[in-house]
Amino acid sequence: MTEPRYTSEHEWIRLDSGVATVGISAYAQEQLGDVVYVELPEVGRKVAAGDNMAVVESVKAASEVYAPVAGEVAEVNAALADKPETINEDAEGTGWFVRLKGVDAAAVSALMDADAYKKYVSSLD
Amino acid sequence: MRYLPLDADDRRAMLARIGAATIDDLFVDVPPAARLSRPVDLPPHAGEIEVERALSALASRNVPAGAAASFLGAGAYRHFIPAAVDHLIQRGEFLTSYTPYQPEISQGTLQYLFEFQTQVALISGMEIANASLYDGASGAAEAAQMARRVTRRAGVVASGGLHPHWRDTVATGLRWSDAALTTAPADPSGTEDLTKLIGADTACVIVQNPTVFGHLRDLSPLARACQANGTLLVVCVPEVASLGVVEPPGAMGADIFVGEGQGLGPGLNFGGPYLGLFATRERFVRQMPGRIAGQTVDVDGRRGWVLTLSTREQHIRREKATSNICTNSGLCALAFTIHMALLGEEGFRRLARLNHAKACRMADRLGAIKGVSLLSDAFFNEVTVRLPVLAAPVVDALARDKVFAGVPASRLYPGEKEMETLLISCASETTTEDDIERLGAALEGTLR
Amino acid sequence: MSAETPPGAPRAPNAKSGRSAAGPRRPAGAPVAAAEADAGGFTGTVSGNRALAIEEPLLFEQGSRQRCGVDLPDPANFKPRLGGLERKGAIGLPGLSESEVVRHFTRLSQKNYAIDAGLFPLGSCTMKHNPRLNEKMARLPGFADLHPLQPLSTVQGALALMDALAHWLKQLTGMPAIALPPAAGAQGELCGMMVIRAAHDAAGQNARRRVLVPESAHGTNPATAALCGYHVDSIPANARGRVDVAALRAKLGPDVAALMLTNPNTCGLFEPEILDIAAVVHGAGAYFYCDGANFNAIVGKVRPADLGIDVMHFNLHKTFSTPHGGGGPGSGPVALVEALAPFAPLPWVVAGPGGFALREDAVGDAAHTIGRLKAFHGQMGMFVRAYAYMLSHGSDGLRQVAEDAVLSANYLLAALRDTLTPAYDGPCMHECLFDDGGLRAFDVSTLDFAKALIDEGFHPTTIYFPLVVHGAMLVEPTETESKGELDRFIAAVRGLKARLDAGGAERFRTAPHYSPRRRLDETRAARQPVLRWSPPAPREAAE
Repeated sequence: MTEPRYTSEHEWIRLDSGVATVGISAYAQEQLGDVVYVELPEVGRKVAAGDNMAVVESVKAASEVYAPVAGEVAEVNAALADKPETINEDAEGTGWFVRLKGVDAAAVSALMDADAYKKYVSSLD
Repeated sequence: MRYLPLDADDRRAMLARIGAATIDDLFVDVPPAARLSRPVDLPPHAGEIEVERALSALASRNVPAGAAASFLGAGAYRHFIPAAVDHLIQRGEFLTSYTPYQPEISQGTLQYLFEFQTQVALISGMEIANASLYDGASGAAEAAQMARRVTRRAGVVASGGLHPHWRDTVATGLRWSDAALTTAPADPSGTEDLTKLIGADTACVIVQNPTVFGHLRDLSPLARACQANGTLLVVCVPEVASLGVVEPPGAMGADIFVGEGQGLGPGLNFGGPYLGLFATRERFVRQMPGRIAGQTVDVDGRRGWVLTLSTREQHIRREKATSNICTNSGLCALAFTIHMALLGEEGFRRLARLNHAKACRMADRLGAIKGVSLLSDAFFNEVTVRLPVLAAPVVDALARDKVFAGVPASRLYPGEKEMETLLISCASETTTEDDIERLGAALEGTLR
Repeated sequence: MSAETPPGAPRAPNAKSGRSAAGPRRPAGAPVAAAEADAGGFTGTVSGNRALAIEEPLLFEQGSRQRCGVDLPDPANFKPRLGGLERKGAIGLPGLSESEVVRHFTRLSQKNYAIDAGLFPLGSCTMKHNPRLNEKMARLPGFADLHPLQPLSTVQGALALMDALAHWLKQLTGMPAIALPPAAGAQGELCGMMVIRAAHDAAGQNARRRVLVPESAHGTNPATAALCGYHVDSIPANARGRVDVAALRAKLGPDVAALMLTNPNTCGLFEPEILDIAAVVHGAGAYFYCDGANFNAIVGKVRPADLGIDVMHFNLHKTFSTPHGGGGPGSGPVALVEALAPFAPLPWVVAGPGGFALREDAVGDAAHTIGRLKAFHGQMGMFVRAYAYMLSHGSDGLRQVAEDAVLSANYLLAALRDTLTPAYDGPCMHECLFDDGGLRAFDVSTLDFAKALIDEGFHPTTIYFPLVVHGAMLVEPTETESKGELDRFIAAVRGLKARLDAGGAERFRTAPHYSPRRRLDETRAARQPVLRWSPPAPREAAE
């Protein structure tokens, strides 16, 4: 499995044998607080980079989750519907949102790596 | 001025603490050109006696429905409200509280909203309800928007039995959206078939039961047609008292229920404030407009209530909110909740039976008048009759003798020729035998 | 990801290291330790009640099917004509006697804070005294018992009152037309923006699709503009908390339909450059919409027409003291300039030779109306109350209202300036705004401070609004508080701050301690929504 890449909007993406898994970063979940609800796209939907792809809600905030790169929704994490707290517990693992197929590997590797994202986050506080 | 507690000494001391010489120093940001140098051209303040006198004089120029034999309905219904209702809603802790944003000191409001939501869900046969909207008509407009969000379709079909004010409110709400509204022609006979108006892009069909003309309809076939097409069925019930005896929208397959709770809550009030009831299926809750109270626990583990799912609302979602609604009809919802608590299962059913029985009597009396034909055979407490003459002048003439014979359909359908002889009349538990006889005799007298 | 969270708001009010985490679970209504255990090991009360604070179950957990709080005759034998649509099965409503119902709701009422009970300094909400004369007048049968579709000859007094109310609103705004129907402020906004859209459409200005809204605006503003098919473009504030006129100018263009501005703004500040703002907006061919939520600060002192405003909604439940009623009903009439009047929603009250009439359909001079926003004619019950309020105050009293409201807010600002941190310099209007600058050093949030105020017997201020200020506390005392009550509030805030200085922060984080409920688990409420009572699952057959 490849190393995750990050966007400035706090999504992570990880490419594994042609399929990219996307979620929100550990930092993002901490900013959001207790996640209470997730709205996921329908499988088969084609998204462009930057498209609003999902919604994640805490008690006091609703945030849009954007597609880090273009692709087609191959699978969504249906387990989040019953256990949205998974995102708080394991944002960059079992708390994933969406799997995209048909993504451009070069577009993924053009995003921030973990170190660059860490520096970016520390610049925000 | 009796409502203003600051006196001249207070004002001087407060200005001194602020460090301002005059009150106008605090209005420095107002451009001088826009400051009024003297009071606006209106009368000066008045004592309680004078104000009461002035308002009583205005009130005395009206004829209250209770002072007449009233058969007015058509979207607003006069029911008897037990004395305890008005007493309780005037408790200052209810009357002068705010939206329960601080739940620790608003449990009274939150608990009754939760009870209200439960009552609305029970009587409508739906799964969940919100904490009220402005009125039924604006609730119907919200339902159309909600159906479009749920289905991601553009088409909205409105029945010809939908109250014209509700129909027009839906139309206004959709006017600048990309929705396509189809309105069926007015349906005084209660025979329309809406299934042929349902298309691939139809988000919802909005019907009313009983219709504005009083007809009760079995909506199950329409519900099945909607369901087969992925279209939501919105059932509007302006007269909620009917739900005590009529099969509820949920049981007929409604996806969204919109009711007007005025008759059992705030009363007539010349049209407002009223009480929008709104209920739907649990799976659509995140698309539902308006505030919702939900159950939870406090840090000590004690049961309590909070406003919840507020990420749908404007104060968080701003331009992406499900609706721009902020205020609801809290105090009217309280009146409704108290009234329903007093009625209970037996009282609610009996009230509805009584309304229906009086309406049957009224229908018989009207139908027995020569030249008058009854258009309704299945109804709750309201029927439409066709007169041999124009209805509006008859209504005006009878009003002079304190008989409010009903609502001439021309009031709701101005300019529509075929409506001009139709009269919509309503009875309730407040209607007496004497009232019915006065109506019958007066009508016979005019038509003779 | 893009988050919309108020700056400084606790991200997870119920999570975080036990700060307010849900404690040990007890069954609902079970006794709770309110006091230290005595020598015998007893804590709290047996019942869970605490003297006047009595636990009250849901209606559905009391009563029985047979009991009834009203006596209605059973209709004599008759043949139903319901078309075979009789309700089948039980509804599930509980039956209670009148005495039980009165007690239930009385006990519930005792769990509420209210303006009748004390200071309610909720910024932007204008929680002022609600005169009881207004309630009495609204209940006169000549108003309360009128059917909206009675023959017009029988409601001339009601129409005269609506006309008189409109006259007062015209005089107070300097604007020539009033639309009475909107049910509340947000519907007033919708009315105003729809009127603007209709006017642009009628003038062939269909390309105007952008509406400018300050960042500090109430959420209803952008939500309303979106409902009218407009794209919302936010404009920044300057360092003084006002509209940045240069930024506004840069955003204006031929595609802008309107500016939506609250004045005094949501920071409690008057926009000093408002005449320039109006001029540049009009210069660009756009309309100037004013959110009148804060009209209480200027009523009788400044007429919106003189500020260049084209449309403004009133909240009768704010400025004119119709009761908030736990969240409604409201009433939101809209004032319009001449050019926008033809687009006003139906119905209109019109004066004719034979008395007043109602224009209820889109014909003649009403051909351009935006249509209906609700059934019937508006919130008549609220009109009566607001009109009684206006008559009571008169032109002199209304002016005094604005002056006293502004005086009281500035008094709080002056007295708390060294205790809390004011968001902006200079005098405020009817409400004063603080940020959480003075609290952060103690690791105490605005929310914690608000909850501590509850224990002191005050309703908290508005918190985390406006969004442009970190950890905002917006304080609106209104004109109906005595100096003594203001001084008690000042002493409480200063005393709380002194406790923080003395190392007492922990108690804030667990406040409130004395309210009918302590902090509630909002995460749980949203994750597993319980939105209605449901009958308990049928019990297993007894052994």
